[in-house]
Formats: sequence, structure tokens, C-alpha cells
Amino acid sequence: MPEAGKQPSRGYRPSMLGRLKKDKWLYILLLPGLLYFIVFKYVPMWGVLLAFKNFQPYTGFLKSEWVGLEHFQLFFANPEFFMLLRNTLLLSLYNLVFFFPAPIVLAILMNEVRFALFKRTVQTMIYVPHFISMVIVASMTYVFLTTAGGPVNDVLEQYIGRKIEFLATPEWFKPLIIMQTIWKECGWGTIIFLAALAGVDMEQYEAATMDGANRWKQIWHITLPAVRSTIVILLILRMGSILENGFEQIYLMLNPLNRQAAEVFDTYVYMMGITQGAFSYSTAVGLFKSLIGVVLVVGANYLAKRFGQSGLY
Amino acid sequence: MAKHYNTVSGRVFDTANYIVLSVCALAAVLPFIFVISGSFATDAELTQRTVFLIPRTFSLAAYEFIFSTNTIMKSIGVSLFIATFGTLVNLFFTVTMAYPLARRNLMGRNIVLNLVIFSMLFSGGMIPTYLVIRELGMLDSYWALIIPGAISAFNLIIIKNFFQELPPGLEEAARIDGCTELGLLWRIVLPLSKPVLATFALFYAVGHWNDFFTALLYINDPQKWPLQVLLRQIVLLSQAAAGDINAMDPSFVKPPDQSIKMAVIVVGTVPILLVYPFLQKHFAKGVLIGSIKG
Repeated sequence: MPEAGKQPSRGYRPSMLGRLKKDKWLYILLLPGLLYFIVFKYVPMWGVLLAFKNFQPYTGFLKSEWVGLEHFQLFFANPEFFMLLRNTLLLSLYNLVFFFPAPIVLAILMNEVRFALFKRTVQTMIYVPHFISMVIVASMTYVFLTTAGGPVNDVLEQYIGRKIEFLATPEWFKPLIIMQTIWKECGWGTIIFLAALAGVDMEQYEAATMDGANRWKQIWHITLPAVRSTIVILLILRMGSILENGFEQIYLMLNPLNRQAAEVFDTYVYMMGITQGAFSYSTAVGLFKSLIGVVLVVGANYLAKRFGQSGLY
Repeated sequence: MAKHYNTVSGRVFDTANYIVLSVCALAAVLPFIFVISGSFATDAELTQRTVFLIPRTFSLAAYEFIFSTNTIMKSIGVSLFIATFGTLVNLFFTVTMAYPLARRNLMGRNIVLNLVIFSMLFSGGMIPTYLVIRELGMLDSYWALIIPGAISAFNLIIIKNFFQELPPGLEEAARIDGCTELGLLWRIVLPLSKPVLATFALFYAVGHWNDFFTALLYINDPQKWPLQVLLRQIVLLSQAAAGDINAMDPSFVKPPDQSIKMAVIVVGTVPILLVYPFLQKHFAKGVLIGSIKG
């Protein structure tokens, strides 16, 4: 809400105190939110210094001794480091290859539908899984795939004569995660692309038809360029979270039998920090992860700009 | 619009397209329909028939069991409380912060906005946040499920942008009529923002109902578990008894039957299904409102 009309000219600019006083109610309103961000976002940012200390619960944060990069060295020397890095990167890569294009394709297909009622029905149905909790998604996966009376394994036993331990085999872990993600978020992901496509001028399609472009050519030359900048922005955002694979989902599907393929940085931080109490060490792991994330966002944004896209900022 | 609808290749494309989209739509909802119907079947039928949409035997046993346990009922209560009270807290914090930030000439506005945006890019991470919550004495208290997530930076910015787009003439007129700052917010801005606020209220409420991570981190006392955490115990770990302190349900000691697991899944989802029609009307608009302009 821009302030109405009377912008004071430079000479009559009210003093700082005057402006504070004039807007005092606004500042009072701002206060709770500001406090929230300071306490729950910025104090923890300061708390990452723990990674360079040896935190002892008795001595507290301030009095704990500095140890420099010791925790980082420990982490990089740990053979688990490569397992974590591998799992994290592979999951992100599979996500990028199998999940990322799915909503784009789905949105383009939906954009080709003329029959409005059909389109709306499909939309209503594919959005539903987005609102269901990850626990429910994992629970349904368990109920369907368990070897103890799960329908999928019952059918498999009937037709191929054996059951498959989907939930306890490392090889199945990543495919399961990707399938869950596609099922849950693919439909929801179409929203932003459909919005971009709604802005396309219909005359472009008509003109293309006159020029003899078939449906595929129209999709290639009109529809795809219309969503290109959206795709770039989402890709940049993805880059930033390349080391984050969704804690809840992985944690829920993780068990001692598939751990080799399942443990990622986030779950490792939880296990070392919260359940085993190695606060400083796991803070270092978390910090390593966040820093790489920031570098990746900035880098991806720089690249996008170099290639003539608008980028994030 | 004259695409190639009437040529042969156009019709082939259309037919294939309708089939693909129908399959996607069914794939999205069928698993859930299986679980719902399974929850109403008897265990005998579940072991005999593998996949079905309509149970031959209709049984409410699974639900009778759920609603006779203390643990599950209690956690449903916790989740409902967190979803309603937590959402009110979310709206209060988000709106009071978004409103001043929507004023372009507020001194210090850009500093605060940059603080908010930076917090979306970089965070202290799980452990430092956990330690702050612990220092504040919030462990094992419901506050831990409400306050640490009081504002979503993303929602805040969208609501701020929406406020910013309201016609400035309204404000002028209200001021001439002697409206105070708080009166302006309460009587003019909020009523005009009802659809947006409803959308975000629903988003926040769904978030609270579905929240698992926060409770996993901050709530150790099984007596205080919200439904999603208990759900994991029952279905994924097959040990509901862990939460049943008073052990009123001896049958709960053995791993729960398939139909009970399914019924618990349904109970964990029903509120979303009830809310969905309301959500659906608003969300596409709500999500996109103000997200275009920075």
C-alpha cells in the first residue's frame, strides 16, 4: 500500500525520530515477526559456530573450547562420507532426470485438452496426493509392498512365483523414493507451468496452423518456449537443494537393511546429532551441506544469466 | 482456435492424450481408494483377495478398535488442537509482519525484507535450531510444534505483495474518515483479503496436520505425540503398544492387522479430504497471487 499523495520533498524530509513516531503502530506490528526471525532463524545461524567448537552440555555454548576444523577433518576422513555423498548426489540426479521433467510434460499434455470439464477433473485428481502427509505416503508404500500380505507381493507370488523384498533391499530404495516423489508432487508441479501457458496468445497457435505446423511442431515452437524461463528458475532453485533430499521421506523409508543406499547428509545429521548427541560434529556436517547449497544456487544463477535468462535475482 | 484437431494425426494425438491423462489421474487417487476400501474389509477377506475396490464383507471392526484406544484418540486430539491453534498463531504472526512491510516508505523496510530473503537461502540447520528450542525450554511442549514454524517466509512475501497491490485510494479515504492505523488493517485490509487469508489458513492447517518432522525432533513423550508420529509407529514400525502407557488394549501388543493399519491411514488423511474441496477453489489463485512481482 503506497502512502497516498503527499511525498515530502527532500528539504522537508522528517527526521528519523519523527518517522519512527509517525509509523509507531506499524513498528509495533512488525515486532513479533521480526523477533521470530531473529530468534528462530538468525540465532541458529550464529549457532553454526558450534561446528568449530567442542560443545559440552555442561559448559554451554559460550564456554566450550574452540577446536577449529577438527570436526570437518573427522567427517571427511570418515569412510561414511563417500557413502553419504554418493547417496545424496545420486538421489538428486535421479530426481532431476526422472522427476523434474514429469510436471512439464504433464502440463503440456493438459494444455492440449480442449474439453474443459475433463481438464478440470484431471486437475482435481492429480493435485490430491500433494496434500497427503509423507507419513501417509510411506505408510501406503509399506502396506502395499510388504511381503507379509501386501497386495503387490501377493500378485507377484501368483505370477512369478516369488516375492520381492522392496522395502529391505538397497537396490530398491532409490527407485521407490523417486516413484513416491512423482506420485505425490508431479500433479502439483503442473500448476506453475499451466499458469505460464495460460498467458500464451491463442493467435500464435492459429498462425502456426496456417503455416502448416502440426501439433508436435506447435508444442515445440510455441508451448515449450513459453515455459522456458519458468523451467530455468525452477532448475536454479533445484540446484540449491541438491544436497537436500527431503529429510522426512528418506527417514521414513530408511531401515538398517537398506541403509547403505539410503543414508544421506540430512538423516546422518539427525542420527549423529539428535539421537547420539554429537552436536558439534553433526553441526559441522550440516554446515558443510548448507554452504555447498548456497554456492550451487549462486553458481546456477550466474550461469543462467550468462546464457541470457533472467535468473532468480 | 484451429489447431489440427480434425486431421487424422490430430485425432490420434487427442485420443492418446486423453488416455494418458486418465491413467495419470487414476494413478493419483486409486491407491487411496484401495486403502479406504481395505479398511472396511474383514481381515479374512484381505488375506484372501489381494486388490479390490469394493469389499465383499463390510466391517467396522478396524474403526471400532481405533476409536476405543486411548493412544490414537489422544493423538488425534493433539493434531486437531495444533492444526487449529497453530494456524491462528501463523496467521497472526504472518499478517502483522506482512502489513508494515507492504508500506514502501517504511523506514528500515528493505533491511527486514533482506533478512527474510536471506533466511530462505541459508539456515543454521537442524542441530543449532534444536539447541535454541531446547534452551527456550520448549522440548516436549506443544509450543515447539507451533512457535518455531510461526511464519513461512514464502507465505509472508506473497501476503505482503498482495497487501501492496490493494488500491491506495482506499487507504486515503479511510484516513480522511479518521481511521487509525490499526483500524485500517482491521476494517479495510483484512476484510478485503479474506480469500487470500483463507487460502493460507488452509495451507498452514494442512502443514500442521501433516507435520511429522517437528514432532519427531522436539516431542519425546509418547503421551504427547501428534497423529502422524503415532501413525509411523503403528504402520511402519508395527508397534503401537509403545505409545499405550496404560496398556488398556492387550490386543495392541501384537503387530496390528492389515485392516487396522489401513484404517489408521484413513484417519490420518480424512481431515485433508474434508478440507480439499475448500482448498481446491482457492489454491491455484492463492499460490500465484503476488508471486509474479517481486
